[in-house]
Amino acid sequence: MSLITTLARLEAVSTGRAQPAATVRHRHLSDHPLVLVPLTTAGEAGAPLGALVGTDRDAPQLLVVPQPRDRDLRFAFLSELADIVLPYVDGYAESVEAAERNETDPETGKRVKVEVELCADAPQLIVPSRAGVDFLRLLGRSMRFRRTAEQDPETPYPAPPRVPLLGRWLTHFGERARMPGSSLLPAMTDLLARHWSTGQSTLEDQHLGALLAWIDPPEGRSGAEAALEAELARDEQGQLRHPPAGPATDPAFDNKLLAPAFERYDRARTALHAAEDGLEADDRLGALTAAEEEIRGLVLSRTRPTWDAVWHGIDLLRALPEGAHVEERWTRDRWSFTGHRDRVTAGEPPQPRRDDAVTAANKLASREREQARLEAQEALDDPLVMAGRRLAGEAFAGEVTDVVMTYSEGKRPSPRPLVTVRTEDRPHLGERAKVYRSLGGKPQSAEFVGYEDSAEGSPEGGALIVLKILDKMGRGKEPEAGSVPEKGDRVCFTLFEHEQRGGAKLPEPEDTPWTHGGPPGEAVQETADPVTPEDVL
Amino acid sequence: MPLPRTRGTALRQRLAELRGPEVPAKALDARALAALAANPGCKRRAILDGAGVNKTALASALGAPSAFGQSQFALTRGNAFEAKVKADGGAELLRLVHERLDRGAEPPAEAEVPDLTAIGPEGRTARTALALREATAGAWTLLDHPMLALDVAGSPAFLEPDAVVVHPDGSWTVVEIKSFPLLDGSADPSKVGAAARQAAVYVLALEEVAARLDPAPKVRHRVLLVCPKDFSNLPAASAVDIRKQRAVTARQLARLTRIEDIADTLPEGTCFAPDLPAAELTAAVESVPATYAPECLSACELAFHCRDRSRAEGAVTSLGRSVRAELGGLTTVEDVLAAARGETGDPDDPAVAALRRAAELRSEALGARPEVLRRRPETPEGPAEALGVSACR
Amino acid sequence: MTTQVFDPGAAAGEATEAILRDTLHGAHRGVVVDSPPGAGKSTLVVRAALELADAGRPLMVVAQTNAQVDDLVLRLAEKNPELPVGRLHSSDADPYDKALDRLPQVRKSAKAGDLTGLPVVISTAAKWGHVKVDEPWAHAIVDEAYQMRSDSLLAVAGLFERALFVGDPGQLDPFAIVGSEQWAGLSYDPSASAVTTLLAHNPELPQHRLPVSWRLPASAAPLVSDAFYPYTPFRSGTDHDDRRLAFAVPSDGSGPDKVIDAAAESGWGLLELPARHTPRTDPEAVRAVAAVVRRLLDRGGAATSERSPDPTPLTADRIAVGTAHRDQAAAVRAALADLGVADVTVDTANRLQGREYDVTVVLHPLSGRPDATAFHLETGRLCVLASRHRHACIVVCRAGVSDLLDDYPSTEPVQLGTLVKFPDGWEANHAVLARLGEHRVAWRP
Repeated sequence: MSLITTLARLEAVSTGRAQPAATVRHRHLSDHPLVLVPLTTAGEAGAPLGALVGTDRDAPQLLVVPQPRDRDLRFAFLSELADIVLPYVDGYAESVEAAERNETDPETGKRVKVEVELCADAPQLIVPSRAGVDFLRLLGRSMRFRRTAEQDPETPYPAPPRVPLLGRWLTHFGERARMPGSSLLPAMTDLLARHWSTGQSTLEDQHLGALLAWIDPPEGRSGAEAALEAELARDEQGQLRHPPAGPATDPAFDNKLLAPAFERYDRARTALHAAEDGLEADDRLGALTAAEEEIRGLVLSRTRPTWDAVWHGIDLLRALPEGAHVEERWTRDRWSFTGHRDRVTAGEPPQPRRDDAVTAANKLASREREQARLEAQEALDDPLVMAGRRLAGEAFAGEVTDVVMTYSEGKRPSPRPLVTVRTEDRPHLGERAKVYRSLGGKPQSAEFVGYEDSAEGSPEGGALIVLKILDKMGRGKEPEAGSVPEKGDRVCFTLFEHEQRGGAKLPEPEDTPWTHGGPPGEAVQETADPVTPEDVL
Repeated sequence: MPLPRTRGTALRQRLAELRGPEVPAKALDARALAALAANPGCKRRAILDGAGVNKTALASALGAPSAFGQSQFALTRGNAFEAKVKADGGAELLRLVHERLDRGAEPPAEAEVPDLTAIGPEGRTARTALALREATAGAWTLLDHPMLALDVAGSPAFLEPDAVVVHPDGSWTVVEIKSFPLLDGSADPSKVGAAARQAAVYVLALEEVAARLDPAPKVRHRVLLVCPKDFSNLPAASAVDIRKQRAVTARQLARLTRIEDIADTLPEGTCFAPDLPAAELTAAVESVPATYAPECLSACELAFHCRDRSRAEGAVTSLGRSVRAELGGLTTVEDVLAAARGETGDPDDPAVAALRRAAELRSEALGARPEVLRRRPETPEGPAEALGVSACR
Repeated sequence: MTTQVFDPGAAAGEATEAILRDTLHGAHRGVVVDSPPGAGKSTLVVRAALELADAGRPLMVVAQTNAQVDDLVLRLAEKNPELPVGRLHSSDADPYDKALDRLPQVRKSAKAGDLTGLPVVISTAAKWGHVKVDEPWAHAIVDEAYQMRSDSLLAVAGLFERALFVGDPGQLDPFAIVGSEQWAGLSYDPSASAVTTLLAHNPELPQHRLPVSWRLPASAAPLVSDAFYPYTPFRSGTDHDDRRLAFAVPSDGSGPDKVIDAAAESGWGLLELPARHTPRTDPEAVRAVAAVVRRLLDRGGAATSERSPDPTPLTADRIAVGTAHRDQAAAVRAALADLGVADVTVDTANRLQGREYDVTVVLHPLSGRPDATAFHLETGRLCVLASRHRHACIVVCRAGVSDLLDDYPSTEPVQLGTLVKFPDGWEANHAVLARLGEHRVAWRP
């Protein structure tokens, strides 16, 4: 944690209210996000209990699995979820704009520009917490290899038609969520924690209710009090007054409320199956419906507060102005969305269980590149982030005190102005270190020449840093107007690069070298997970 | 009333006094022993665990009940899974041990499953030791829920691993059966870590049994972790190397003897019996220093109490251990803020200097005058450019 | 049983011969060589390169940094000034050491095509990652292979038929700046070291190790070997009497002088300051480091070693200061400047990898810290800091590190299928501290 963040947290403790950790919003927020609040059943992987889902904050749709161990009911839930999520996703697939992409021409091996489609906007799924993102990834994994009756008439427990497709999309969203700075599937706790520092630990910030309590405490209460109440307060029945954001439920809820309700539901269902005649069946169906309603009520009571909290968070985030580079990063998310849309349309198989060597390396490389890009862009967009980089010696800001024109040697001398900057910052400048500033959105580079008058560290005036500007001054002998800082200008240079270079070119998967196990061989159709009878009641 | 303490009282008796008269010692299980490594610097936890104090009851009595609970759904599912793994004389379990740990050995066509029932933990421990000693050479033996004893600060702790397997070569393997899934070959690393630490305790206890035999059988340092495969409840297994966890736990157990030193620092008559008045109990607990950190919330029953105290004292570590790293000798929120505001602290202390620089940079970026720091800075509404300093562009 | 006298030269020679035999005539596509600190890795690489070139096998050499590449080119030139060598470099400004311009046999280019046909072409892994060829090189030498990431080997492995992988498994592991847990346990985890992946897929490859450290003195080799290479031990190439560090100016009785004498005598010294929690750039500790360096220079040190019969003066260029963090290095440099010391290398463990000095002064990574972290406990960091010296290593540290280690919460997650790295930093730190404790000088500045 940087000292600036630490200070913000301590101020939050002292003032009883979260402090800004950013002056702009660093993540894209859709005008029309789909919020998803899932709950899971304890003790079993990927067994959904229910969800509150939708795009209208006043009219969420409640989906419930009244008996999570019944595969048919689980499939019904997933099918309903698909009926909500897939139309929302498809809604973004149609509207496209023309774009260009670099591709390698298979004939010539040269890089050529090709005209392609880029979806004009992309869907955004918002879940309450990081555990929610993991849960969607898990759901995606559990669904994408399922076979429908149409795909495979022999399959023992066929999945409803759109369930495998939902699995593929959730897998894609879950994987994209690992990309630094991506906004296709954000967790509300992460979004809020990126923009505010609370007076509690990052661990405690994982609790959405407590986090919000610090950022926007109820009138007349301190964030600390409100957070404590959000975390721990229980009613006379021992139930949490503010249910956790899930997907895991509170054990007290499971044991005291949910388990008896499941039992009543199971009993009602057994009774219905045993009904002797239509009249009796009608009665017992009524009882089953009532039992189901009770469970629906329980699930709603545990998801609705979280649903409201997520929208509350969205309101808070919308009040922040968007950072300058946010849209550029969202465009990458749109590329990612478009790419997956194309793979689905082209009939490609679902994402494999594990990445092959080349895919894994490519993913790691692109995530590292995006991480570096994100860090640079956030600093450029937000003086508070830049302040942290300056404190860390990775950037410096100050006033230009002198500019001396010099020229490069050679046949065609180019301008190499020497600019002296007075700064209070203490950058870690090595010999001939490269530094960069943003000039009209493009990085201009300079070289560290030295400290003037060995003024480094002098208490009154800060340090005088002499830089040689290297580029972005046009082609002429004289630099273009505005391309060289002038005396009295405020400037800010970074030691980190603003744009990221492309990494090494990796082989195609079929050319995987012997050091990495050789080519993975023909892609095999991934089989669905075996079904065990215990899954079914 | 606590008994009067006489000089030279044995540690056990001293600990019994701390626990309170007629309060039985809470048996330490492997999970609790493994958790010792979660915050080994905490004297409070060391003495309470060492004395066998029931921390759950203590936390409730202090008015800060612990929030640990287990869903009955998880419990049912876990038990069903374990039963399935061990069904049929442990055939599947032994097959997995053979496949994952000992492929060179004869496949386990049939195995001995000795009866380990006996009266009381001591009886079961003796029965287990006997079964281990008498395990037939050259055959597979499965010990279902054996009982092991481990000396913890002078008192025996009784431990019950899910299973121990004796290989044909006479070596022993600890088996841990967990209900979190092994999904496409990998599992939640924090849960695997916890299982490994727990298994390390069993390995240490088994090594004590082995040391009493001649020749001493080898206790394998790779344990078998059995979990449900993917979304099914078919068993899948993975070998886990627990040498690191074993080394750490062994060292922490050895250090537990220092609870004698801790006990000696406590005021005469200190007692942690949950039926004492809350004020007295609080004073008793406060007489042993704790090193609270947010990680305690998931590892210690007393965490909410300690968090309250830590926050009340303004300890910066209530925000996380790492917060202290750059603060040097400053340990409270107000000391740090006062130093950052320039009110206190030696400006030549690099921690103080860095804090002041951080405070300046922060207020500059927020477009606030430095004195605003003392009050609540409003959330800036304007775009970055309007905030006094231009961002780099 | 007969007692065998260990002959380090013979043991090292045998190991080298076996490595070259496998490299030149073996049946396997790869050979892996573990080289502990100062065991003659560079010498081996140069020798293997020359022999491969002699055998007419087109050779590419992959190193990890430009400095390493330039160093190899210079060493090759020194051994065989006739051998044409290609230096493939980036298109940045000043991409290579200017000293290369003085070597007529070295051709430099940013394009691999310009260097075709040369017997040896050398570059960094990053640059090789952009090279495309139709015809792969017959052989490659991959240097510092344990510091190379698996994904960077993936990018270059298609360029060669066979390879010799050389590196030090005890130094700092490569790392990724983003999480890579999702691939943990996969044999080709892109964030793992190149050697880990290579051996996971090719377990049958011959693995050698250089058994003798020529750098570390007899006082240091056993400790470094036990603490950091428990399963692949090595010996010192010299004996206790072979190295001597002496000072013309007698001790003034101060802490720095006492610890210098302790280190001159035993090879190790611990200057222990009173326990206190401090920020990273603990001014007292930083000043103590600088004071030790100043006294090392002022007292007219002379190092005697097997290299020459006459003592060599202990000059600034034979001393280095090692720290864990860059700001600590900067603070030490400033403190040294205040004392009028220049030309003493001050750097972090990362940058000191592969370098060698007569005496090192180390600011202990855990000194004054309120808590230990995985970063500070990383085995490789301590290993690098404790294994750069030919004569003596002086550690400056605040008291209380042992308790800090004992209080370290060990709740590390465990990834299934990954190899447990041994030893772990916690144990290695304890081992080093215990040894340093034997040569402790308590000092209140």
